[in-house]
Amino acid sequence: MKTLPAVDAVIIGGGWAGLLMAKELGSRTPLSVVVLERGVARKTSDYADAMDELDYAIRLHMMQDLSQDTVTLRHNANQRALPLRQHGSFLPGAGVGGSGEHWNALCPRYLPDCFELLSRTTEKYGAKVLPEDHAIRDWGITYDELEPFYTRVEKLLGVSGKAGNLKGQKIDGGNIFEGQRSEEYPTPPTKVPYLGALFRDAAKSLGYHPFPAPSATLSQTYTNPDGVSRGGCTYCGFCGRFGCMIGAKAQPTTLLLPIIQKCKNVVVRTGTAVRRILFDSTPNPKARGVTYVDATGEEVFQPASVVFLASWTFGNTRMLLLSGIGEPYDPATGRGTVGSNLSHQVSTSAATVFFKQPLNRYMGSGSTGLMFSDFDGDVFDHTSLSFLRGGTFAARCYGYQPIASFGVVPQSVKATWGSEWKKPAVHYYDRTGTIFFSGEHLTYKGNCMDLDPTYKDKLGDPLLRLTLDWRDNERNMATFATTKAVELARAMNAKEINAFPGLRSYDSTRYQSTHVQGGTIMGSSPEHSVVTPYLQHWQMPNLFILGGSTFPQNASANPTPTLLAFVYRTADAIVNRYLKSPGPLA
Amino acid sequence: MRRRHFLTLSATTLGGVLIYTLDRKAALLASEQKSVRVPLRFFTEAEALVVAAAAARIFPSDDSGPGAHEAGVAIYIDRQLAGPYGRDRFRYTQPPFENASPLFGYQGKETPRQIYRDGIKGLKGFQLLSSADQDAALQQIESSVFFTLLRQNTIEGMFCDPMHGGNAGMVGWQLVGFPGPRMANYDDVDKHYGEAFRPLPASLVQVTGKKVRPSEDEP
Repeated sequence: MKTLPAVDAVIIGGGWAGLLMAKELGSRTPLSVVVLERGVARKTSDYADAMDELDYAIRLHMMQDLSQDTVTLRHNANQRALPLRQHGSFLPGAGVGGSGEHWNALCPRYLPDCFELLSRTTEKYGAKVLPEDHAIRDWGITYDELEPFYTRVEKLLGVSGKAGNLKGQKIDGGNIFEGQRSEEYPTPPTKVPYLGALFRDAAKSLGYHPFPAPSATLSQTYTNPDGVSRGGCTYCGFCGRFGCMIGAKAQPTTLLLPIIQKCKNVVVRTGTAVRRILFDSTPNPKARGVTYVDATGEEVFQPASVVFLASWTFGNTRMLLLSGIGEPYDPATGRGTVGSNLSHQVSTSAATVFFKQPLNRYMGSGSTGLMFSDFDGDVFDHTSLSFLRGGTFAARCYGYQPIASFGVVPQSVKATWGSEWKKPAVHYYDRTGTIFFSGEHLTYKGNCMDLDPTYKDKLGDPLLRLTLDWRDNERNMATFATTKAVELARAMNAKEINAFPGLRSYDSTRYQSTHVQGGTIMGSSPEHSVVTPYLQHWQMPNLFILGGSTFPQNASANPTPTLLAFVYRTADAIVNRYLKSPGPLA
Repeated sequence: MRRRHFLTLSATTLGGVLIYTLDRKAALLASEQKSVRVPLRFFTEAEALVVAAAAARIFPSDDSGPGAHEAGVAIYIDRQLAGPYGRDRFRYTQPPFENASPLFGYQGKETPRQIYRDGIKGLKGFQLLSSADQDAALQQIESSVFFTLLRQNTIEGMFCDPMHGGNAGMVGWQLVGFPGPRMANYDDVDKHYGEAFRPLPASLVQVTGKKVRPSEDEP
């Protein structure tokens, strides 16, 4: 195997996390940095041709090519796992920018108690309320420690929104349940389409506190602290599953790549599939670099002084397992850490609402809409409820497109084809709105990841195996959310309402969210976690792991701003302290 | 070498194009001719006739507006099957193949091309049946993988960008009031509350002013 010239830092994965670290290291240090991205190169101008629902939203051109590799799934340890042969419940992206290119750009922070979930819940309700097989953990960091980095992320992206808690002062019209913010959002909220207005007014009439969804798609022109200027959104609705053709949506290729390309010390190599992190075990564990298959098909060794693993939740977990770094988690004994704490999100169309009047719902953006947090986290009392935690309700005005949206009819219509179906489907096409619920998914000892014993990728390496199913906490939460959403739909003067039928077993075919967490979690002790809250590997201090794989459990909110806040915090610690004295960051 | 096959669409079938098209040239072409012979990429003519007839029962032309016939759904499906989608270019197709609950998604070995070829065999002569008999024949196969795929592809062919061969003359978009990739919604997105606002639709080629290569034309 060919050995390439050594570099200071190698970053595996060119998505949000990897490219933010590359930008920070490239612009603030003289380190030589190589980013290895297995997908294609990209630039914003590629997106002008891409406003095609079929190729992008249905055939999913921006997503990982599953003919190369996928994951397998089983609901419990007694089942044989099967490969997810086509995309379904989550949509990991491929290519430069990763999932940050095709995201919807919803940009809320996590509630403060998410970071101390075990201790806060136990303190308030006692340990007896925790599910028997839970794996809930504190993160080893508090919201207040992370807050300055959230603010930096919002400035980087230019997030459009309205504060509801500014330095402790509650502000009507923002999310009054959010954690304390040190600053207002950089740009004002996005516009309010009709469905959002209906939702807002109904929510207010029921005594809730609706607020505009925090949006990393800009409401107006904005220049960020790096000097990157972007124009405001035109509400074309080609956002989620697409790249933004005008750059209004925050994407790694718009915000990070232009800075990185100016840094002479950073190189992005596309078409490079990393296979292993190589390391020395003695005298002290130390990563030596990575092996990868390059664009010509040749396997090479890239030595590096520091390795950053930033290849999304599945890639990060699988890379540690394939490389033999750390002890694989065994749910039967509770030993080991790599692969534990897999979580997704309780994401449902809680109520599908049929109106008398048209909505013009083709207009909007992925992160335009109204939401409320009155049943989020622990902002409401759970003493008499059959579940812990909660989530947000939202009217998402993301710009509906006809292939994906056509055919939804009131449940009184039984036909699924022919005129009996087509006529109501045509009538209701633009008279249908959805009340979405996005709830927390707790972690459990049995929901975890390891290497599949049967199925392999194109290179012959085992696929990652997910063992994942819902428990009563999620089922009861989803049922509660449906009840609340139906009440809300009535207050919106719905003509007919389809209620979400309920969560049973995990359905890999229903898109839920691309928010999958865990596998290489952070924590305050190496006994139960893989990395420290500085995202530094406990045993191998020159290995850092970035992204949602480090989250001990999910929150109701979208994870991107939180994971970027952690990257900023880690970058600061590396630039200010680690480089002067490489070793464990305390 | 494959013998060339054509699907002949009558001018009445293409009535939607005459009425709805924004492309002056295409409108002239269709109005001057009694019928249009569209070369097929995957289906034989007999297969295309079956698929066209079945799609037209799934998404009929009726008093609520045009359907699969006017949109050219069979042409769309033919092109999809001829392209990377038809041969499962992007699906994980490593064995072993196991039967599983629907919660794990389609686990079969057959590609869309094979599913169609086999499915069409079971519908021989379908296009010659009465509408009622056609519906009865489709009810027999309603729960099959083939029917599920045909139904999904029919919806795609109704509402895709016209560059993919379906949604001819943007009849599907007009049916539901979708304007296509419209960049200029800023002034309208928070107006027209409760009232239909229906700008004239424009396709991707019309919006960008240049030719875009659809995925089915990729090798």
